[in-house]
Amino acid sequence: MIIKETHKKIVSITFGIFSPKQIVDSATAKVVTPELYDREGYPVDGGLMDLRLGVIDPGLRCKTCGQKLKECPGHFGYIELARPVVHINFVRQVLDILKSTCKSCGRVLIPDENLKRYLSILEKIGTEEGFEARRRKVKEITKKYKVKEKCPHCDTKQTKIKLEKPYNYYEGEIRLSPIEVRARLEKIPGEDLEIFGFKKESFRPEWLIITVLQIPPVTMRPSITLESGERSEDDLTHKLGDIVRINQRLFENINAGAPEVIIEDLWDLLQYHITTFFNNEVPQLPPARHRGGQILKTLANRISSKEGRIRHNLAGKRTDFSARTVISPDPLISLNEVGVPLSMSMTLTVPERITEWNKEYVKKYIENGSKKYPGANYITKPDGKRKSVTAETKDEILAELAEGYIVDRHLIDGDIAIFNRQPSLHRMSMMCHLVKVLPGKTFRLNPAVCNPYNADFDGDEMNLHIPQTEEARAEARILMLVETQLISPRYGLSVVGCIHDGITGNYLLTKELVLSREEAVDLLYGCGINDLSSLPDKEKIDGKEVFSVLLPKDFNFIGKDKSGNEVKIVNGQLKSGLMDKSNLGQESGLMLRNIYEKYGAAYTAELLGNISKLGITVLSRRGFSIGISDMDLAPEVNDEIKDIIAKAEAETLKLIENYHDGKLEPLPGRTIMETLELRILETLNRARNKSGDVAMRQVHESAALVMARSGARGNALNIAQMTAIVGQQALRGKRIETGYSGRTLPYFKKNDLGPAAHGFIKNNFKSGLKPYEFFFGAMTGRDALMDTALRTPKSGYLYRRLSNAMQDLKVEYDGTVRDASGRIVQFLYGEDGLDVSKTKNGVVDIKRIVQQIVGEK
Amino acid sequence: MKKEHEEIAEKYALLLPPAALTEIRETVPGTISKEKLEQIFAETIAAYTAARINPGECVGLVSAESIGEPGTQMTLNTFHFAGVAEMNVTTGLPRVIEILDSQKEIKTPTMEIFLKSEYNKIDAVRKFAAAIKETLLGELVLEYALNIFDQTLRLKLNTAMLADFSLSVKELVKLLKPKTKGFTIEETDDSITFIKKGNKPEEIKEIYALKEKMKVIKVKGIKSIKQVLPVKRDEEYIVLTSGTNLKDILELPEVDAVRTTTNDINEIYMVLGIEAARQSIINEVNKVVEAQGLNIDIRHVMLVADVMCSNGAVKGVTRYGVVSEKASVLARASFETPIKHLINAALEGEIDNLSSVVENVMINQPVPLGTGLPGLITKLK
Repeated sequence: MIIKETHKKIVSITFGIFSPKQIVDSATAKVVTPELYDREGYPVDGGLMDLRLGVIDPGLRCKTCGQKLKECPGHFGYIELARPVVHINFVRQVLDILKSTCKSCGRVLIPDENLKRYLSILEKIGTEEGFEARRRKVKEITKKYKVKEKCPHCDTKQTKIKLEKPYNYYEGEIRLSPIEVRARLEKIPGEDLEIFGFKKESFRPEWLIITVLQIPPVTMRPSITLESGERSEDDLTHKLGDIVRINQRLFENINAGAPEVIIEDLWDLLQYHITTFFNNEVPQLPPARHRGGQILKTLANRISSKEGRIRHNLAGKRTDFSARTVISPDPLISLNEVGVPLSMSMTLTVPERITEWNKEYVKKYIENGSKKYPGANYITKPDGKRKSVTAETKDEILAELAEGYIVDRHLIDGDIAIFNRQPSLHRMSMMCHLVKVLPGKTFRLNPAVCNPYNADFDGDEMNLHIPQTEEARAEARILMLVETQLISPRYGLSVVGCIHDGITGNYLLTKELVLSREEAVDLLYGCGINDLSSLPDKEKIDGKEVFSVLLPKDFNFIGKDKSGNEVKIVNGQLKSGLMDKSNLGQESGLMLRNIYEKYGAAYTAELLGNISKLGITVLSRRGFSIGISDMDLAPEVNDEIKDIIAKAEAETLKLIENYHDGKLEPLPGRTIMETLELRILETLNRARNKSGDVAMRQVHESAALVMARSGARGNALNIAQMTAIVGQQALRGKRIETGYSGRTLPYFKKNDLGPAAHGFIKNNFKSGLKPYEFFFGAMTGRDALMDTALRTPKSGYLYRRLSNAMQDLKVEYDGTVRDASGRIVQFLYGEDGLDVSKTKNGVVDIKRIVQQIVGEK
Repeated sequence: MKKEHEEIAEKYALLLPPAALTEIRETVPGTISKEKLEQIFAETIAAYTAARINPGECVGLVSAESIGEPGTQMTLNTFHFAGVAEMNVTTGLPRVIEILDSQKEIKTPTMEIFLKSEYNKIDAVRKFAAAIKETLLGELVLEYALNIFDQTLRLKLNTAMLADFSLSVKELVKLLKPKTKGFTIEETDDSITFIKKGNKPEEIKEIYALKEKMKVIKVKGIKSIKQVLPVKRDEEYIVLTSGTNLKDILELPEVDAVRTTTNDINEIYMVLGIEAARQSIINEVNKVVEAQGLNIDIRHVMLVADVMCSNGAVKGVTRYGVVSEKASVLARASFETPIKHLINAALEGEIDNLSSVVENVMINQPVPLGTGLPGLITKLK
């Protein structure tokens, strides 16, 4: 079937300035009256809502193009101004031109012989370095000649021209009216424009002074009808109304021969209104306001800023077929699936084109209708007409259904979806998942993919998009599927891995569990593993052997676990070592990385899912819980820690004593006071680390410790702070400082330099903190909070700048990296042309290749 | 490596990056057979080919993501103490921003001065460090005495410090003479007196100005080296400074000019040129990344550095720097100050060829990257 559509492609966009003639020619209506509607509420001819300018009311037709609401794109109109006014955004440029041209002959104040030379320089810079460089050069050249006293062409003496902000020009002491300014600009010959960087074919400087004002179509300034039936006009319409009103009054006054003062006043007012129409944030002008005092949003405000047209509507767009809800974990669905609530899957649809092969299959959806899952919501006929599927239309649709019809059927298992969580900081924040329709109201995802999304389940929400075309689905599936994103392009290691229970379970399994055969089989079946052929035929089965069932049979691996012991896998059998974070977790996961290399992405994803499931199942059968008694220490350990702390305190006091006695040797480049502080800080931190080590070593085997050891959650410091000592609180790398009062808190004596008075927390979280200790803890806690709050926008802005600057760099077919205009940035990407996400932490593993080949036989 | 092995290596030299070649040389045992070595090369080349980047890959955005994403994880803490005896340096996010903005004035300029091996003894290093530290006259003066009636200014000097710096009053006077025209100088053992020449109006202005001028006159050391700190790094002594002056330091005979460096990228650019500046950007960003315990591949940092330096001058990643160089009006307008860009484009009749990303997003066309790059020409029946 040939699709009879032509796709037009925009090749380039040319920017330019409308001449008054173009404005009049392109206009459909001349606006002459500030009135908007007549008594019946019908738009007035020649008013701002003129029907020739487009329609915004349902039921009316555009007088220009005959189309209805939403079809008519709108048409421009114009106002003829009684007197010309300055365009606020061109004020600077007009000033530059006036300054560098002769007041009588209009030529540029550059002698003819130089002019040619400059032009060729400009030409050269323009082609070699681009517009911005040329613009700088233009400024440089014109600046040199602005101050010329005499015109080199006609010898007229020049007077200095000033700009009285925002828009009044003065020559010496005399004000130049826009009429005079325009007259001067008219005199400038086209040839001389080139030196300013203007193109003589499409530009005249006098166009910068407005004589006819273009009126934007009504479609870009629609009015809203309030509930009371009252109409509320757009800000732009308000502003235009002001302009038309003043303009009419100016006309009348001029025609009636009113005194010059009155005309001048009106003229100024017209200038003000037109200025604020373009930009309502001119520094020297009071902004135009609504009657209520609210500032009007005019043209410039609509374009700029994050909420403006460019960043909000053009660079960022809205989509259909998307959904958002809370996420919750489901370790039983696979890594690349997403659980979609049933109610959502009946609203989100996938268009399915009827062909001779799928006719019967698609019919089933129609038969189900839109209320019964899996059904269909709409059909689209080949002529583009859409029909909704309801109980009434169902039979009719079934009868007419033929090839070429498109049916929007409900989402079913296996459909392609793109899943996303904000902030979308890297490409793994948007990955393709396969739909799994589940009961409930939340999206379900495998906890192992939390890391790339940086998601947790404390109320996070995520978005789902359903691609609607074959191309989009193919691209999503091939390039964005979870398993294709396992390796981060940032550092070439895995970004997904087992987390939390997935790690703890496998750690315990490989470390200490010995199961009976029944238990082992039950466990493996329980997490969906059916192929038990490699399970050894024994009564008692070691945890390592259970784990090995998951591994491929020809897999060999030698690595290290978290505590530094060797992990050895020979022919798919875990011989020694434990499975913990350094092999299963993300950002390390070397075992997984090797499997990925050897067996490919899809296999790794599946294996990872299985390992994770195994861990969780192990834990749920074995039981795993943590309580306050996990933090108990043996009395002798407690004493040892007390001893360490006491010693550190004594040492500190000794330092202080030395300081008071003047015996302290300053460190190079520091004062004695700084030296003391540094030494104390060092001593106390050493004491904390030491007692942490002691606690870590001697605390009895508890769930908290298992988690810390396996790397599932928590670390030595956390355990130490709970069981032994919280330690020194540091603000900006220093102990808590006294401020002006000579002490940190009224609880202490003035000028006390001791540990406790400067934020050393002797207690641990289990024993509880003293009030002053708690306060110091709160100080550092607050500091950390502020740090995050201040950092987020800063790093966000850095990111925005980086991505904006680098977004169009790409690798060309010749291996070079170039930007959009073809400039070479790198001759070979990364100097070796490697894709980081295809390497192992940025390198190709040569050692392994050598080992493999040398090791053979 | 044996000769016959070298021959094989020679054969593949152009197909592999030099680093890979060296690694093979180092890891392969000398006893290996020719066939196996051939096989190693073949497989290494295969591995490299498999890991090659795809044409059309939007490497710029990937690099931007790779640096932008961990930005949230960096600390904002400006200062850190790498050890008790180290200097304070800006690290973390503020430092990265500083580097990528290519700020002219950085917050904590420091130098790492390496010395030639013959000077690498603790005494020599101490002496060198003391010699380069900038000493201002103000530091040596105990007391200023202004006499309005006689129009004199008397500086009472700290003789102990003078001795420390092995300076004599005579030398000082010699140094000051060309800088104090209009005054005659008298000296004693511990003071210098300036007397106004000619008629003496009873005004404080002139001698007060002189006093202020005296305070900041450099008597010794190298300009803007505010602090020095000799430290031992690995087996040798280096001098850390606060304040930098690469040009003058490199001229000193004791300095190992090859390894001595500063953290001020613009200074490196001025002294050593654009290639050095590029390398310095990479090094400095990497320093922060490592200190923060993050893992960012060097290729990403290299690309950013290359973008900043590709024009021959160090350009910051700001609206005045890299972004302003873009050819597309819409791309620039979508970043910052859109009105300015649109106005200029209109005046000059700029043409946007829609060759980069944002413009095509704006007009709903496929972007010329990745899968949007290739077109397909087909015959319709």
